[in-house]
Amino acid sequence: MAVSEMNSSLSEQKSKSTYKKPNIFNTFKRDHQLWIMILPAIICVIIFNYIPMYGIQLAFREYDFTAGLTGGEWVGLQYFEQFIKSHMFTDLIRNTLVISITTIVVGFPAPIILALLVNQIRWKRGKRILQTTVYLPHFISIVVLVGLLNVLLSPNTGLIGLLIAKMGFEGTNLLASTTAFVPVYVLSDIWQHVGWNSIIYLAALSSVDPQLYDAAKIDGANRWQIIRNVEIPAIIPTIIILLILNMGTVISTGFEKIFLMQNSLNLPISEVIETYVYKIGIISNQFSYAAAIGLFNTLINFTLLVIVNSIAKRVAKISLW
Amino acid sequence: MTSITMNRIKNKKASDLIFDAFVFGLCIIIFFVIAYPLYFIVIASVSDPTLVSTGKVFLFPQGFSFFGYEEIFKDARIWIGYRNTLFYAVVGTFINLLFTLPAAYVLSRQEFRARRFLMFFFVFTMFFNGGLIPTYLLMKDLSLIDTPWVFIFNPLTVNVFNLIITRTFFESNIPNEMYEAATIDGCSHFKFFSKIVLPLSKAVISVIGLYYLVWHWNDFFTGLIYIRNYDLQPLQIVLRDILLSNQVFAEGAGSGGTGGGYAQRYADQIKYGVIIVSSLPILILYPFIQKYFEKGVLIGSVKG
Repeated sequence: MAVSEMNSSLSEQKSKSTYKKPNIFNTFKRDHQLWIMILPAIICVIIFNYIPMYGIQLAFREYDFTAGLTGGEWVGLQYFEQFIKSHMFTDLIRNTLVISITTIVVGFPAPIILALLVNQIRWKRGKRILQTTVYLPHFISIVVLVGLLNVLLSPNTGLIGLLIAKMGFEGTNLLASTTAFVPVYVLSDIWQHVGWNSIIYLAALSSVDPQLYDAAKIDGANRWQIIRNVEIPAIIPTIIILLILNMGTVISTGFEKIFLMQNSLNLPISEVIETYVYKIGIISNQFSYAAAIGLFNTLINFTLLVIVNSIAKRVAKISLW
Repeated sequence: MTSITMNRIKNKKASDLIFDAFVFGLCIIIFFVIAYPLYFIVIASVSDPTLVSTGKVFLFPQGFSFFGYEEIFKDARIWIGYRNTLFYAVVGTFINLLFTLPAAYVLSRQEFRARRFLMFFFVFTMFFNGGLIPTYLLMKDLSLIDTPWVFIFNPLTVNVFNLIITRTFFESNIPNEMYEAATIDGCSHFKFFSKIVLPLSKAVISVIGLYYLVWHWNDFFTGLIYIRNYDLQPLQIVLRDILLSNQVFAEGAGSGGTGGGYAQRYADQIKYGVIIVSSLPILILYPFIQKYFEKGVLIGSVKG
């Protein structure tokens, strides 16, 4: 043991004297072509992703037309105080959390269930047809989706609107109601993305060791028991990773759809941080105030991500970092 | 003894049969819930608007009417939007690929020392961003607002998700021996990438190319935030005006006027038609490219 250790340390010393450990700087000449190839992407990301991050300081400064992105005079937390004291504060935070948490709680399990179902189908052709159909809505644009909702849910002329009227809820307008906004938003979201999001679980299911199925069958497990004891445990790691990823992005993905679904009647429920930032910042040009409000969104996003990640780390030993 | 096992097998089969029937029924319901609204739009767009609005059109088109499509073909706004979006999508996708593919190749090279750091540099932008206002002011400082360039150069020019898919594909499909053999023959990275890697990667190039293309086609956000000039607006903004702001008729006579229910019917038929016309490129391509889309998710899922 001692000899081999000495040998290895000797050979290490030897290699150090003749051969330097490669690092970014001494491989630069060798890899300069690689650097040239990746440079456009790096520059693009620095300009369009990192400079705006640097511009977040605008939330703590007075906006100044001549100073541009980074703002003028330092005002500290003035705009945050203004937002917290404003009458919109609690409504915005509540609406944002309600919409995003409902989307996660109701929308997240849907593709998992669909994948488990599709995986049960033995009839290849039928499976193919079902998959092709359920993936399709994913490629419809948000404008078209909301347009679709508008024509179908319209109380006097729409297909679903008429159906609801026939069921005895005459005169209910799902588009202009504060109680229906969140269900319509979440269910249409599931309708559009459930198929597409199931692909990744189907991939995880197809990589389950066939021996596990055989073992379960020999033990006399029925189909339901196989799902519960073989298939679900097999996709748990995928589920957790996707849950964490979704947590990190759910608040920032809904802007366009919520914005398009808004009208003056559902506004008390549908006004969220991002749509308010758009109105205050882009429409009314109060840039510093809007940047401060927008920062709340980023903070909530990041906090949710960190919380879910640390829970997953503790419970299932799976983590993004 | 044997009869007991026989019974158990029979029972199991019965329970599995019920299970199969349950799965089958559920799948049929899911199929119709997802497919029917799409089918309904198609038949409603060619049916008599009065029958559609009273709920008479259900399974088959009734009383053919192409009024909606006729109006759409007369509407210059839609064709301007179409032309703009086509241009943004084609040029944009080209630039996206030009930036993403070489970067993904570099990140797939094991001997490249900065790859872990640069990977973090890219992935970080997926979870943290400057937010709407700083990004908007940046575009303003760069004078990109109200120019077509903003559709091409924006925070999603290098989409990190697509970058990861491509890198994973290169890592698992371009063996290192191939590069070593090529370097012995005096091949540089540039040459290896353009002459060997790209021709071998048609699958992944079509996947992410299509992702970018669909993203550009459906992009509404960029037009909403950065474009004021109506001649530059993409299709999705025109669609918003027709479908949601109810500015259906090009002459400006929307349904809000005296026409009431009568005009609304015709407006709705135009809307059904617009939904079809605007989604047509994707709907036509979809059956052929569906398997590529799926492949993209599968490549991406290998390494989160």
